[in-house]
Amino acid sequence: MNVQVSRRGLLKGIGVGLAGGSLGALGFGALEPAMAASVRPFKLAQMKETRNTCPYCSVACGIILYSLGDRSKNAKSSVMHVEGDPDHPVNRGTLCPKGSSLLDFIKSETRTKYPMHRTAGSSEFKRVSWDFALDRIATLLKEDRDKNFIAKNGDLTVNRWTTVGFLGASATSNETAWVTYKVIRSMGALTFDNQARV
Amino acid sequence: MTNLWMDIKHADVITVMGGNAAEAHPCGFKWVVEAKAHNNAKLIVVDPRFTRTASVADLYCPIRQGTDIAFLSGVAKYLIDNDKLQHRYVAAYSNAGFVVKEGFDFNEGLFTGYSEEKRDYDKSTWDYELGPDGFAVVDETMQHPRCVMQLLKKHIAVYTPEMVERICGSPKETFLKVCQMIATTSSPDRTMASLYALGWTQHSKGSQNIRAMCIVQTLLGNIGQLGGGMQALRGHSNIQGLTDLGLMSNLIPGYLNIPIEKDANYADYISKRQFKPLRPGQMSYWQNYNKFFVSFQKMMWGEHATKENDWAFDYLPKLDVPTYDVLRGFELAKQGKMTGYVIQGFNPLMTFPNRAKMTEAFSKMKFIVVMDPLQTETARFWENHGEYNDVDSSQIQTEVFELPTTLFAEEEGSLSNSSRWLQWHWQAQEAPGECKPDIEIMSELHLRIKALYKRDGGAFADPILNLSWNYATEDSPTPVELARELNGYTVAPITDASGATTPAGKQLDGFAQLKDDGSTACGCWIYSGCYTEKGNTMARRDNTDPGNKGIAPNWAFAWPANRRVLYNRASCDPEGKPWSERKKLIEWNGKQWVGFDVPDYGVTVAPDKNMGPFILNQEGVARLWTRGLMRDGPFPTHYEPFESPMANIPFPKMKGNPVSRIFKGDLADLGTSAEFPYAATSYRLTEHFHQWTKHSRINAILQPEMFVEISEQLAKEKGIVKGDWVRVWSKRGSLKAKAVVTKRIKPLNCDGKIVHVVGLPQHWGFIGKTRNGWHPNTLTPVVGDANTETPEYKAWLVNIEATTPPNDRVA
Repeated sequence: MNVQVSRRGLLKGIGVGLAGGSLGALGFGALEPAMAASVRPFKLAQMKETRNTCPYCSVACGIILYSLGDRSKNAKSSVMHVEGDPDHPVNRGTLCPKGSSLLDFIKSETRTKYPMHRTAGSSEFKRVSWDFALDRIATLLKEDRDKNFIAKNGDLTVNRWTTVGFLGASATSNETAWVTYKVIRSMGALTFDNQARV
Repeated sequence: MTNLWMDIKHADVITVMGGNAAEAHPCGFKWVVEAKAHNNAKLIVVDPRFTRTASVADLYCPIRQGTDIAFLSGVAKYLIDNDKLQHRYVAAYSNAGFVVKEGFDFNEGLFTGYSEEKRDYDKSTWDYELGPDGFAVVDETMQHPRCVMQLLKKHIAVYTPEMVERICGSPKETFLKVCQMIATTSSPDRTMASLYALGWTQHSKGSQNIRAMCIVQTLLGNIGQLGGGMQALRGHSNIQGLTDLGLMSNLIPGYLNIPIEKDANYADYISKRQFKPLRPGQMSYWQNYNKFFVSFQKMMWGEHATKENDWAFDYLPKLDVPTYDVLRGFELAKQGKMTGYVIQGFNPLMTFPNRAKMTEAFSKMKFIVVMDPLQTETARFWENHGEYNDVDSSQIQTEVFELPTTLFAEEEGSLSNSSRWLQWHWQAQEAPGECKPDIEIMSELHLRIKALYKRDGGAFADPILNLSWNYATEDSPTPVELARELNGYTVAPITDASGATTPAGKQLDGFAQLKDDGSTACGCWIYSGCYTEKGNTMARRDNTDPGNKGIAPNWAFAWPANRRVLYNRASCDPEGKPWSERKKLIEWNGKQWVGFDVPDYGVTVAPDKNMGPFILNQEGVARLWTRGLMRDGPFPTHYEPFESPMANIPFPKMKGNPVSRIFKGDLADLGTSAEFPYAATSYRLTEHFHQWTKHSRINAILQPEMFVEISEQLAKEKGIVKGDWVRVWSKRGSLKAKAVVTKRIKPLNCDGKIVHVVGLPQHWGFIGKTRNGWHPNTLTPVVGDANTETPEYKAWLVNIEATTPPNDRVA
């Protein structure tokens, strides 16, 4: 489904064709190959194009992410440029001041990169391993669920757990939301909400 | 949105009220400009501030925040008084003629059945009179004194143009011009699109703000039409998806409900939700509730959900209160009754009202887990940042985790936009450091908890141990695997209405195939069709637009059933002919409904069957009067915000929405207009997106620091000069910011009183590239909408004075 047509490559092709044609018509036929060779290739033409949607507002403009590195082994890919997707029926290539600066968002210095842990009373975060973090969180959740789970209200089965709260994000994908729903609801959790509330 | 972004180009009038699309949804607003340029559309903007949307409007009308119901009820009154209704539409497609039970009434701001002690209504009289046949009684002449049209006239009689001016501060002449412009769309071939966002929802009566415009749009016959509709512009990129998927205390995906304690068992639960038609021949689509519910349970618990165990009904928790929403959650935390919070991509320290209360609540919990691609103030609520976060870390005993996650460029999956489109996106780069996708984190937590229960046992482990988990890589389900579950599949062979059979293990084509006998499984019925046997319809990229209708039916997938304009049957007259050839969407061709969009109707149901176009409603028609479906009344009523500079003029005894829930401590934290004379509101800037873009260099350069926007008149009164530092404070907190003195805000004259509006944009904090600053939620009150518990961020009270700079800004 994901047909990755290189829009830049296509435009470049058309441009060179037209230039060559007119030069040829003017009688500079021999110059054509030399001319084409001297044109510095447009950097974006080397990049991989990936279709995505802007993560900010709910217009969900189509965007094209240009990245270097083909994600083969040892070739990590990294986004170098972002622009509006002209094929997208809503934004038709345009982006707003937020969407236009998405590259700085992706590359933000204040992104989280490693699991961090702060102990009671401490004034700093310390880096920990994923295994430590996930085991500890799983234990904290189970401990409280076992302590505060309410199975019955009188004769009525209620099977609820309300003493740990969960908040879902409003920019995660539907697929993330669904797996989050499954995991949280299977524990009987009711203190559960997401950004749509506010 | 009932319609879609491109569809706005068909509108003849566009009203932006409760939103600021030019700045908050710029690339969607392009379609408003398109309508103005190529459809000769008129743009009306009603807002306390002269926004950039207002700057391109044909007509701008100021309004005091929190008075939209008075304004819109005034518009409805104008339409009725001046006979500007689309009569056939109102008669055939609304409940205007439905007769209401005897005993229902409205007096001095309250409907029948109010209990002050419970802050709630006994809604037993809020329903239709039923005839001997069990159906609602309808008076087609609309003359019955208890029919909805007559009750509506009576209810809105108070909202005269003079009253609107007194309450809203909107000049009568401008208000009447708005009415006249809106009224032009009562003709069958002219339509108005209503564009709104959080400027309507973030009020203690937010849902009723929207209801008030629904009434106007129904009277004008603008729902279900090209260029018409109620366009909720929504906020974040997948706020629609998270709502659809029910990540809320009381919801199951697809707008089903978590059972409450009164639902003793499965049969009882279902019987209260399988709504039967209230008029003959109506579809009343919720009759299929059991099919959606059983298929959901099958997707959750597979072979462990059986007919014998009521489809694992007891695996679901039961609610003892309406919801454990965030306001309740953090109230409980403040009371020391919560152990922890797990927070995915959310910054509640800044996002929820009353910062001091939030800090106290967080400090009382044993643990906090934050999963986010960005460092957030929430994850660092315990860290001292001078006066911007003045806490003593050593006194805070909360254990905190900050888990790094991937962001949009580093993962694939679908997001649902405000047009209800599910659009797939692809991964473009590797994540930095040790970031993990949220899917993996949630899966790993589940697997670890499951292993602990397997090993050690514990409280009711069955729903955890038996949760269906059929993924090729257990700790890393792929988005495709999860999308296939959302769509649903056959568990056993099924036969559909036409007699065609589908074997087990096949992806469903759509929700029409769902069964209540356990033979189908589906994560979210309204998303069914998003990943069929033909493949991923969300990834479709064919932007062809037959008839240039702004539909593009093969671009991505729209729920429900790839339908782009909801209620589109109402775009035709009762005989099945489009109201307007220019705005043709679908039509009856003698045998079936055909056209540019998927009909929102039975495809072969002939017009003479008299089935209404609003097929989800038991009535089959649109509701001008909502029975007992809204907590605060079947009609919208003007109530002042909980903190307001004005008393309620028509209903002087009313203080705020009479059924809004407010906790004791929060009630004590409300200020009065004597102490806090100015009407404050919060808003967004076009250069920023909430708390995210302060991490982005260019945006931080464009709007580097917090400011407060006030009128020239207020600045003069308070001796504040442009660029001065000011202190703004409410009963709950205080902040400092630079003053922007502007002509965009003007004092309002409400009933002879001058009301000054103070505007506070909401993009700064103590982490990121921007300068340190405060969030307006340092000041906002903790009270929610009576129906949704969305906090009242848009209307509260402050005081303001010139002050000295914060310590880190002293030159």
